[in-house]
Amino acid sequence: MIPAPFDYAAPKTLGEAFALLEQHGDEAKILAGGHSLLPMMKLRFASPSFLVDINNIPGLSYIRESDGYLRIGAMTREAELEHSGLISSKYPIFTDASKLIADPQVRNMGTIGGNLAHGDAANDHPAVMLAMRAEVVVSSSEGQRVVPIDEFFFGFYMTAVQPNEILTEIRIPIPPAHTGSAYHKLERKVGDYATAGVAVQLTLGRDGICSHAGIGLTNLNPTPMRASRSEEALIGEKLTDAVIARAAEMAAEDCNPSEDLRGDEEYKRAMAGVLTRRMIHRALDRAKA
Amino acid sequence: MKKEITVTINGETRTATVEPRMLLAHFIREQLRLTGTHIGCDTSNCGACTILVNGKSIKSCTMLAIQADGKEIITVEGLATVDGLHPIQEGFHLNHGLHCGYCTPGMMLRAVELLAGNPNPSEEEIRWGISGNLCRCTGYNNIVKAIQYAGAKMRGEELPSTEPQFV
Repeated sequence: MIPAPFDYAAPKTLGEAFALLEQHGDEAKILAGGHSLLPMMKLRFASPSFLVDINNIPGLSYIRESDGYLRIGAMTREAELEHSGLISSKYPIFTDASKLIADPQVRNMGTIGGNLAHGDAANDHPAVMLAMRAEVVVSSSEGQRVVPIDEFFFGFYMTAVQPNEILTEIRIPIPPAHTGSAYHKLERKVGDYATAGVAVQLTLGRDGICSHAGIGLTNLNPTPMRASRSEEALIGEKLTDAVIARAAEMAAEDCNPSEDLRGDEEYKRAMAGVLTRRMIHRALDRAKA
Repeated sequence: MKKEITVTINGETRTATVEPRMLLAHFIREQLRLTGTHIGCDTSNCGACTILVNGKSIKSCTMLAIQADGKEIITVEGLATVDGLHPIQEGFHLNHGLHCGYCTPGMMLRAVELLAGNPNPSEEEIRWGISGNLCRCTGYNNIVKAIQYAGAKMRGEELPSTEPQFV
C-alpha cells in the first residue's frame, strides 16, 4: 500500500517547522515516529497534503529531572524510555508500559510525544500520564503553553494540540517518597492494542494511609479515561484488600468500553476491574519497597 | 514533487530521486534492486522488511524513503563479507533456523541489533527481542538457537552444538 501523494519537508529548527505549519494549516500533519500516521495514510484514513518531518530537529529527545519535574522530550523514542536507567530505577511504570508497546522495531521509531498527540484511547501512554498527573508542553511561534493532561484529550484522534502547534515536552511532577506506580494491559498477542489497560500511581502517607492516587484506563472509553471514583475510594484510606476491591469494582462500573474483536463490553468491564485491582496491589508493593 | 536523496546502503553511497510517498521498502527493492528485503504484511506487524538504519532495526514498510536521506542502511545483502557468512547467517544455516526463508532476512537483521545491545541475551530476552518478527514455519526454537549460536561466536566462546535435538 502506498499513501496518497503529499509534499514533504524536514525542517532543522522548530521555527522553520512552525512556519511550515502556519503556511499549510490543517492540510499539514507532523511526522514523528510515523507508526500511527503512516499506516493511516497507507489505508487512506488520513491524506494530508503536506508532512512536516520533525525528526531532524535537535533538542527534542531527552529524559531528565529538573525543577521538580521529570521532563521527557516529545521525540524521545519508546526504546529510549525502555532502556533508560533513570526511568527503570525511579519510574518503573514507564518500563511496564514501554515494553508492552508494539515491538522492538516499532519502539525504535515510535515517540512518547506522538503516542500522546495521536489522541488514540488505545495508546498506552495516555493512561500512564493520567495516573501521574502529567502536563503537556505545546509550542508554537507564539511561545509555549502548558496543558494539564486532564484537558489534553478532546475526542477520537483529537487533542489540545492546534494545527499551528507542536507537542514538545511532557512534564511529570516528581512524586514524593513512598510512591509506587504500575501499568499493565491485557493483549491478545505481543504488540496488540489493549483489550483493557490500567495505570496506577499511589502515594502512602504516615501509617500507610493513601494520600494520593491516580488511575488511568486504556481503551476502555472513547477517550483516555481517569477513574476518578476509584481514586477517591483510595485516598484517605488504609489500602486493605476490601478497599482495593471496591475501587476496582468502581473502575469496571465507570468505564465505557465498546465491543470489538478483542471482546464484548461485559468482558472488558470485568478485565478493567481485574487489572485495576492488580495494578493497585503492584503499585502498593512498589510504594512500600 | 520528487526529491533527491542520498543513502549509504551496505557501504555503498547511492543517490536517487524519489516521490515523498515512496516507502523505504519499495525504494530498496524496486529502485536499488536489493530484493533480499522482503515485504510481508505491509502493516508493520510481521517484521519481514526489517533493516538497520543507523544501526537501529526498523520496519522499512513504515518509513518513507525520503526519511532515510543521509542515513546508513544495512540490508541482508550487507551481512556477509568476502571472508564468509556473518555469524548470524552461519547460525541460521547450521541450526536450521529457516524453512521457507521469507522471514529470515528481517529476523537476522533484528538479531544483529539485539546482539549489538545485549551480546549475551537469555532465551527469554531473545524471544522478546524477536517479538516483532513473525515466522510461520519454524516455531521459533531453531531461530532462538541460531541467535544463541551467533552470540557465542561473536563473543568468541565455544560454539553450542548444532546437532538436531529430538525431544
